Amino acid sequence: MSAASKAGHDDHGHGHADAGSHGTFKDYMTGFVLSVVLTAIPFILVMGNVLGNDRITGIVIMGFAVAQIVVHMIYFLHMNTKSEGGWTVLALIFTLTLVIITLAGSLWVMYHLNTNMMPQHMHMG
Amino acid sequence: MATHASPAMNFEPGRSPSVTIPQVDPTAFYDAKGEHHPEGSTMLGFWLYLMSDCLIFAALFATYAVVGRNYAAGPSPKDLFDLPLVALNTSMLLFSSITYGFAMLEMEKGDLSRVQIWLAVTGLFGLAFVGLELYEFHHLIHEGATPQRSAFLSAFFTLVGTHGLHVSLGIVWLVTLMAQVHKRGLVPENKRRLLCLSMFWHFLDVIWIGVFTFVYLMGVLQ
Amino acid sequence: MFSNPDLQKLLFGRLTLDAVPLHEPILLVTFAMVGLGGIAVLGALTYFRLWGPLWRDWFTSVDHKKIGIMYIVLALVMLLRGFADALMMRAQQAMAFGPNEGYLPPHHYDQIFTAHGVIMIFFVAMPLVTGLMNFVVPLQIGARDVAFPFLNNFSFWMTVSGAVTVMASLFVGEFARTGWLAYPPLSGPAMSPGVGVDYYIWALQIAGIGTLLSGINLIATIVKMRAPGMTMMKMPVFTWTALCTNILIVAAFPILTAVLALLSLDRYVGTHFFSNDLGGNPMMYVNLVWIWGHPEVYILILPAFGVFSEIVSTFSSKRLFGYASMVYATVVITILSYLVWLHHFFTMGSGASVNSFFGITTMIISIPTGAKIFNWLFTMYKGRIRFEVPMLWTVGFMVTFVIGGMTGVLLAVPPADFVLHNSLFLIAHFHNVIIGGVLFGMLAGITYWFPKAFGFKLDDFWGKVSFWFWLTGFWVAFMPLYVLGLMGVTRRVQHFDDPSLQIWFIIAAFGAVLILCGIASFAITLVVSVLRRDQLRDTTGDPWGGRTLEWATSSPPPDYNFAFTPVIHDHDAWWDMKKRGYARPLQGFKAIHMPKNTAAGIILGVLSIVFSFAMIWYIWWLAAFSFAAIAVVAIGHTFNYNRDFYIPADEVVRTEGQRTALLAERV
Repeated sequence: MSAASKAGHDDHGHGHADAGSHGTFKDYMTGFVLSVVLTAIPFILVMGNVLGNDRITGIVIMGFAVAQIVVHMIYFLHMNTKSEGGWTVLALIFTLTLVIITLAGSLWVMYHLNTNMMPQHMHMG
Repeated sequence: MATHASPAMNFEPGRSPSVTIPQVDPTAFYDAKGEHHPEGSTMLGFWLYLMSDCLIFAALFATYAVVGRNYAAGPSPKDLFDLPLVALNTSMLLFSSITYGFAMLEMEKGDLSRVQIWLAVTGLFGLAFVGLELYEFHHLIHEGATPQRSAFLSAFFTLVGTHGLHVSLGIVWLVTLMAQVHKRGLVPENKRRLLCLSMFWHFLDVIWIGVFTFVYLMGVLQ
Repeated sequence: MFSNPDLQKLLFGRLTLDAVPLHEPILLVTFAMVGLGGIAVLGALTYFRLWGPLWRDWFTSVDHKKIGIMYIVLALVMLLRGFADALMMRAQQAMAFGPNEGYLPPHHYDQIFTAHGVIMIFFVAMPLVTGLMNFVVPLQIGARDVAFPFLNNFSFWMTVSGAVTVMASLFVGEFARTGWLAYPPLSGPAMSPGVGVDYYIWALQIAGIGTLLSGINLIATIVKMRAPGMTMMKMPVFTWTALCTNILIVAAFPILTAVLALLSLDRYVGTHFFSNDLGGNPMMYVNLVWIWGHPEVYILILPAFGVFSEIVSTFSSKRLFGYASMVYATVVITILSYLVWLHHFFTMGSGASVNSFFGITTMIISIPTGAKIFNWLFTMYKGRIRFEVPMLWTVGFMVTFVIGGMTGVLLAVPPADFVLHNSLFLIAHFHNVIIGGVLFGMLAGITYWFPKAFGFKLDDFWGKVSFWFWLTGFWVAFMPLYVLGLMGVTRRVQHFDDPSLQIWFIIAAFGAVLILCGIASFAITLVVSVLRRDQLRDTTGDPWGGRTLEWATSSPPPDYNFAFTPVIHDHDAWWDMKKRGYARPLQGFKAIHMPKNTAAGIILGVLSIVFSFAMIWYIWWLAAFSFAAIAVVAIGHTFNYNRDFYIPADEVVRTEGQRTALLAERV
């Protein structure tokens, strides 16, 4: 059977680091609880206008988002530097770099283009 | 019969090597025992696909960031976003993440029926998420806040809708996998596929963190 | 046709008999030629009973070697179409002065330059590059195939579907008239309400899926399937460039997918991403499309650099100079290619600070390429150089590409670009680097690896004829464009009033004819080589005195590539093996695990063409039906767990025995 012939290929990943496998119950629950907390706080901050200052609230909830993404990466996606010989982490870092370039680059470029070239924005600086 | 071909035939015409090491074990250059088994590439391959998907979302986020304040004298986030509904939706997705995690734990233990149960629960939470989102979209459109009303709304519907579409496809995949697990059990191929869907599902939750923060929460703050 | 217009619209969408351009003589002649040629080919296939072998051995094959060859065949066929467009443009521009309107009205000319760009980039250059990487990389790393063979087959057919969709636009409807990047608002629903831009979008989206999956496939292959002992820094340079190219593919194509999807939403649903009203911002399209577009040109050139590295060291009989710096330069280029995109729209108005930043990064990115040129030159220095045809292409590239690169650095200076943007100087620059770099590289690679693929070399004489026609033709065709650009002539213009310009266009047209001779000579090379194949036979598998692992196999290699996985000890693994007394094993062969063929790829490809056509023409029932069919076939395929088989040990023994006999004959 072809299943048996494949046995030597992917299954021996059990026991040594594979991307996306092998969390423990504790890992998942830790991640879950942290995620709930890191979600609830931003919602409360915004819905209750707790900090009074929109700009600071914005920065704070962005920080919470980053923290929760890290929690997801570690506890749900089991990200670690060993999986796939480090290629998983490398791919992630490369992708994040490009995401930042795309976002920051687009915002910077478009801000300048809008300022210089869009008629209704021209005199609003 | 000779067990190895004489080396003389394998050199390029008219050029002899400058260095010869006489006594080399001939099998030093090839895996005679056939022991080399490349590890499966599926996990890495799927991770790379997820990275590419991340970049699609990056482009959609960038678009939302650039045109997201172009309300065209139409409704703005403050007018439209129902944060309690979004909080409920977020919890549906978060629950579905943990239930999928439970399915994975059962898979490692080899408990097929428990795997199926947790997968089904995950699917239900996923359906709840998509259902609530469709309800939200329907309500917005009913109020006149259509994707055609302004660039802000175009970007909103596209970014949030693309995420919802991914979740929907994930549910289709989940159902398909449940059928395949039912048919063949927790064979290595199915375990691989469950692991890939796991990565996909958690990845979608990561994207949602970005969505609820930057679209909904930040939108209401302006 | 139907008495009930609503029923007609329901069944056929916006497709009517008017869509077939019976009033355009050029298209009628093309259609007739394609029709007759097609019937001839199909007839020959039937007469010689080739359908079975074609289906079994090629169309449903998951073998990277077969797929690689098919990509290149697709590319060469599409080259004929893309070049026909070029000849038509050169002819029009050479004659259309003053009262002479030429033979191509603007609405036709605009489709031609759009199609020329789209076809050359997406359906010639990309398949050439993908095909070469597909064929060579698994052999160079000592693997039996790529990581995901089925996906490889699927990717190929997605690319074919995109090409078929573009070609269909010739005969049913029209193509986009927007230029190859289809900027809105011109490409938006208000100004291009017809089917042209929709053909463009769907062709690229379908082909883009194939390209993206191919990128994932090759990265996984290179990372996971290298032979034991082949560390990253012992990989051949072509494999390094292939790795970086595929990283760029996976990192850049999603942006194109997203931006075309946004454009299609504007067109189909009426959203306001890139419209002029209700908050849309057309400049965002330009921004996003070039975030894809600049890495794209590096996707095209890096494999060519890899080809040249292999050829220079082989034909200088010398190890490549500066291996580590070659690798670092490639990686640096990969990363930097994401920091220069704005130089494609300096003139859009982002201002001094933004323009300066990107101008500087653009100049910086030329440095690692310069390092590569020096490394190639240092490799040649004191080498025993053999000027075989691949080496001719390489030297031609060095001169041509360097000059083209220099004009690029000229354009990188924003104030200079303000004058030269969208002039013929720009056209000359990018053709200079794409033809001199990518095309010369691909033709060099095809010539170099042809014996490996088919078991016989390409004819030497006609290969040289082709090279000299291409080299002189390129310069004669494009030097005038540099001059015209500096004089201020704009691109994409179909008629001129200044008669002093005409002589330059005539010279350029003559250059295009020389290139035509180059293409014809290449076709002759192929025919003559097949006819003379017994004299050109490669019996050893190593016709050039190669240095990398692909030359360890027979020509062509067996389906399984290597009977035993090689074990690597050093760079230039095959050279190392030859030097250190490697002897080919003659016994101990085992059964080999291989993936089965599949029809799912071609079926999904055909369904994608139907889906695209239905979406383009608004035939909604057909779109829904074909989409459902795609889903059913794709999901159905996943229920097939029986996808592999074993080549029995005695078949391996037989195959290897045949090679032993062939090698003995030579002695």
